[in-house]
Amino acid sequence: MAEVGKKIRVECTVNGEAAAFEAYPMERLLDALRRELRLTGTKEGCGEGECGACAVEMDGALVNSCLVPAAQAQGATLRTIEGVACADELHAIQKAFLLHGGSQCGICTPGMILASVNLLDRNPSPSEEEIREGLAGNLCRCTGYTKIFASVVAAHRKRDGGG
Amino acid sequence: MDTRVIGKPVPRKEGREKVTGRARYVDDIALPGMLHGATVRSQLARGRIVGIRYGAGIPWEEFTIVTARDIPGKNCVTLLIEDQPCLADGVIDHPEEPVVLLAHSDAYLVEEARRAVEIVCEPLPAVFTIEDSLTRKEVIWGEDNIFKSFLVEKGDVESAWAQAELIVEGEYETGAQEQLYIEPNGMIAEASPEKGVTVWGSLQCPYYVHKALVPVFGLPKHRVRVVQTETGGGFGGKEEYPSMIAAHAALLAWKSGRPVKIIYDRAEDMVATTKRHPSKTRHRTGVTRDGRLVAMDIDFTIDGGAYETLSPVVLSRGTIHAAGPYSCPNVRIRSRAVATNAPPHGAFRGFGAPQSVFALERQMDRVAEQLGMTPDEFRRRNFIHEGETLAVHQVVREKVDMKRLMDRAFELSGYHEKRERFAKENARSAIKRGMGFASFLHGAGFTGSGEEYLASEVSAEATPDGVVRIHAASTEMGQGTNTIFSQIAAEALGLPCEQIEIVQPDTANVPNSGPTVASRTSMIVGKLVESAALEIEKKLKDSGFLDGKRDPRAFAAACRRYISEIGPLGAFIRYDHPRDLHWDDERYRGDAYGAYAWAVYVAEVSVDTRTAETRVEDFVAVQEVGRVINPVLAAGQIEGGVAQGVGFALFENIVWREGRMVNAQMTNYVMPTSMDVPPIRVFFEEIPYGRGPGGAKGIGELPLDGSAPAVINAVANATGLDIRRIPMTPETLLEMLESARG
Repeated sequence: MAEVGKKIRVECTVNGEAAAFEAYPMERLLDALRRELRLTGTKEGCGEGECGACAVEMDGALVNSCLVPAAQAQGATLRTIEGVACADELHAIQKAFLLHGGSQCGICTPGMILASVNLLDRNPSPSEEEIREGLAGNLCRCTGYTKIFASVVAAHRKRDGGG
Repeated sequence: MDTRVIGKPVPRKEGREKVTGRARYVDDIALPGMLHGATVRSQLARGRIVGIRYGAGIPWEEFTIVTARDIPGKNCVTLLIEDQPCLADGVIDHPEEPVVLLAHSDAYLVEEARRAVEIVCEPLPAVFTIEDSLTRKEVIWGEDNIFKSFLVEKGDVESAWAQAELIVEGEYETGAQEQLYIEPNGMIAEASPEKGVTVWGSLQCPYYVHKALVPVFGLPKHRVRVVQTETGGGFGGKEEYPSMIAAHAALLAWKSGRPVKIIYDRAEDMVATTKRHPSKTRHRTGVTRDGRLVAMDIDFTIDGGAYETLSPVVLSRGTIHAAGPYSCPNVRIRSRAVATNAPPHGAFRGFGAPQSVFALERQMDRVAEQLGMTPDEFRRRNFIHEGETLAVHQVVREKVDMKRLMDRAFELSGYHEKRERFAKENARSAIKRGMGFASFLHGAGFTGSGEEYLASEVSAEATPDGVVRIHAASTEMGQGTNTIFSQIAAEALGLPCEQIEIVQPDTANVPNSGPTVASRTSMIVGKLVESAALEIEKKLKDSGFLDGKRDPRAFAAACRRYISEIGPLGAFIRYDHPRDLHWDDERYRGDAYGAYAWAVYVAEVSVDTRTAETRVEDFVAVQEVGRVINPVLAAGQIEGGVAQGVGFALFENIVWREGRMVNAQMTNYVMPTSMDVPPIRVFFEEIPYGRGPGGAKGIGELPLDGSAPAVINAVANATGLDIRRIPMTPETLLEMLESARG
């Protein structure tokens, strides 16, 4: 069971700021983020690493937080959806999702946006095939992905164009 | 038509909250002192409950435990009838039927406790297939296992066979399909005899939940309140089942005196809640040698599961759509929904039509083949036109032009050129390519007199700042209600969309605009929104505070003056059924829908005959849906629906064992990923519909109807295989390929 053992204190960096929380070592990072830090933008869709709704960045890598034990976040640098926008200024990807219909019901959106941001950080001008591959771990039931691809393309074009 | 905001890609109203993760879904809400609830379910499909055992090692005294005996009012989930209990009492009718509810402050402990409860049952013989239900191997519901049956008759099929020069028969099957919204079901409740019952949750139909909760607690209507939280997808899956979860959370809250949250995990959501009805359809089609339809005899059966729930209504839509957009003088459609000991099947986008349309569009291809005619030429000779009658005797009064939709879809997809080229190339390749299409229609709004009975209501109120607030129970679940309503009201009033507010659906605060289902929100409720907005403008004009000029500042000034000098400024609108729409419920004929969306979808596929892998390479969706209110949202609806249709055709396979889904995980129930969807190219023909807001018709369900048959017709074209059953997984295709090779 996830709660076996004593709670530990996990210290890490979340969205650019030092954070600390109490959690059982093998508890899901997803639960600790949502309950202890009230970062509820990270969603649970399946709890088995299939849907990507709980995706966060951990030391620069995209991970499914439902598969990461809380203890593993010790000393890590995390980015959640709450850390993507800069104060009130949306990230280019967020703007693109808003303008191009990349978000419908919104439940996959935080994970999808983190996956897109992560993709563009690694590969600033992805081909369509690379976008499809880069987002293959994030399921969306509303959009048929078409407008998500369009959003990612629009965001990197805008950046390439210096906008 | 010159419009300012209708027809424009206005960004999603609640989009900013969604892209920043600030949107609040039910699981994001925590109330002080809240307990976590869980549901103990039956394992057996059918039996008598003889005991409930609470296992050792759990501090049971700390738990709130609810069984059927704790229900203060009626033990039923009221929908059409009252046959489904909230909690099984004495008998079990399907696997995963709720029996005991538990609540505790520790979410981990409540899960451990759930596993420690044993429902002790004596098994009873059960029924798991449509055939066994029809032959009454065991009578498990009513007198004959039949929830509902329909007979649609046009002309005289029996005497028409004599005129037929060719008769083609066929049987088709579609499987259950999981809605698979990414946000699982969930509900929070507060309840006490003093304060009544309030629930917050992920749901499509606030007033369905309200109607169900009232009898469970025996409370007056005004003591029950239902609030919709941001909803992470529905697709029909949150139409009726949320009433069950709301009742469960509220029963636990009522007994414990604390707020209670129930969130299903994915496995529970998949195994216990509704799915698309499995179906079987038999066609017998008579044609002349020159390809004219003479008679269509259609027999359509759906598996409703253990309780009636919405099966009669799903059956109705499936029945009415079963003969498609074709003109045939003699049509008979016999249909029925039968009981089996599976969890009740329910609403899923398309609502019966994807099942009967799949059968019809495969049958049309097969008839054409036997006639030695191309599938498009055969359909072209039978398409319905304005002034002709559909199977239900409805005279089409719309300017429908199916040939034009088909020509455009063929041109955009390169249908003819590719079909010809693939036929040549396939002979030399292990990868076979094919083109297929489906032509179809989908009625918008409730069927027949349904809208008249619903009598939906919408209200609007203006603030002294000139903001207009729309009050409706129609929910946003990703499809765009908030944005579409804003555009409609803004257009009517000459205001920017930002000046329109959509009030959160809350039965204490919004009138009943009906359920958010049946492709009715834009067309039916949207029209009421438009009327409410215009009523406010009329009041301002009648009072002399607003002249003809359309200016947001002048509007705000007029509102301020009206409110200070006359009083609150609002409008209340109730649906008024058009007098010229007539429906005969007895004979099941008449104007089934106020308007239809019309479409032709073309799929291009490749089938690797070595691996039996099918890929949809390209998809063109051409449809006429009246005026498009928001092109980005509308295309998004079609693209998402096509992806679900591709899943329905090729991927989404539910494995049943004794009435229970055994692959209730996203790992082994596979929906399309970003790697699986084709480029989905969406095109609209726009013929404004006079009774829709700004000319719009319904759109939401349409794409589910034609996608699967287009894909499977393409696979049949590629491989020469006569596929009659979906999902057509690689495993089933492999078997067919191997038996074809002999």
